[in-house]
Amino acid sequence: MKYIDKDLVLAQLDVKNADEAISTLADILYKHKNVSQNYKQAVLDREKIFPTGLPSGKIGVAIPHTDVKYVNKPAIAFATLNEPIIFKNMADKSQDVKVQFIAMLAMKEPHSQVELLQKLMELFQHQDLLANLIQEENSKNLYEDLASYFDKEV
Amino acid sequence: MKKIIVACGAGVVTSTTAMNKLNEELSARGYQEGTDYKLMQTSVQQVPSMADQADLAITTTQYDNDEVKIPVINGLPLLTGIGADDIIDKVEELIKA
Repeated sequence: MKYIDKDLVLAQLDVKNADEAISTLADILYKHKNVSQNYKQAVLDREKIFPTGLPSGKIGVAIPHTDVKYVNKPAIAFATLNEPIIFKNMADKSQDVKVQFIAMLAMKEPHSQVELLQKLMELFQHQDLLANLIQEENSKNLYEDLASYFDKEV
Repeated sequence: MKKIIVACGAGVVTSTTAMNKLNEELSARGYQEGTDYKLMQTSVQQVPSMADQADLAITTTQYDNDEVKIPVINGLPLLTGIGADDIIDKVEELIKA
């Protein structure tokens, strides 16, 4: 699994708000050499202008990301949250989305990764599967669940 | 041939996903990109400058610019799947018009 790595999956992340969640995930992407140092600030800034909360159903999700120029090696970093946090709705900044699952995208050429992105969007529609994922206590198990989900088609 | 702008924040990630979903669903209804319609990918900032070459704009991010003369619809359902059929219906109507 090229874009998913066991070091980039965090189960039951304990954070107070969207900024903290974004910072934590951006830090592990940077540590893992997937993104440049400026990626974190770029994602934080972009989230204010173009928020990424998706009202996907009972379990809301967010897909923070930024310009491809900050990405060295494409990947997706995942986190499930101990307690839901608020992201703004991508289509309407005045609306809140209660997020329990975050997929932070570090994409370089989205056109070549479109199957992966599509598979990710499909995951958000599988609310029963998401419900199982957000129950997972252990990061390694969460990684294995995600790897097996994405491996089926990507 | 009808031209449709598909835009997101930077014109890269979510617009790619939305375009893929549009092509998939329209193809299932018998329409082919390049023959029956054309998609133009861009950022929301570029929508006003491209609007005069297009018939419809679909944006995944919030968009409110009254100066744009073509219809602008919210493409979020193409990402979440909830209500995606309504968008495909609207696009199909446009293609057939």
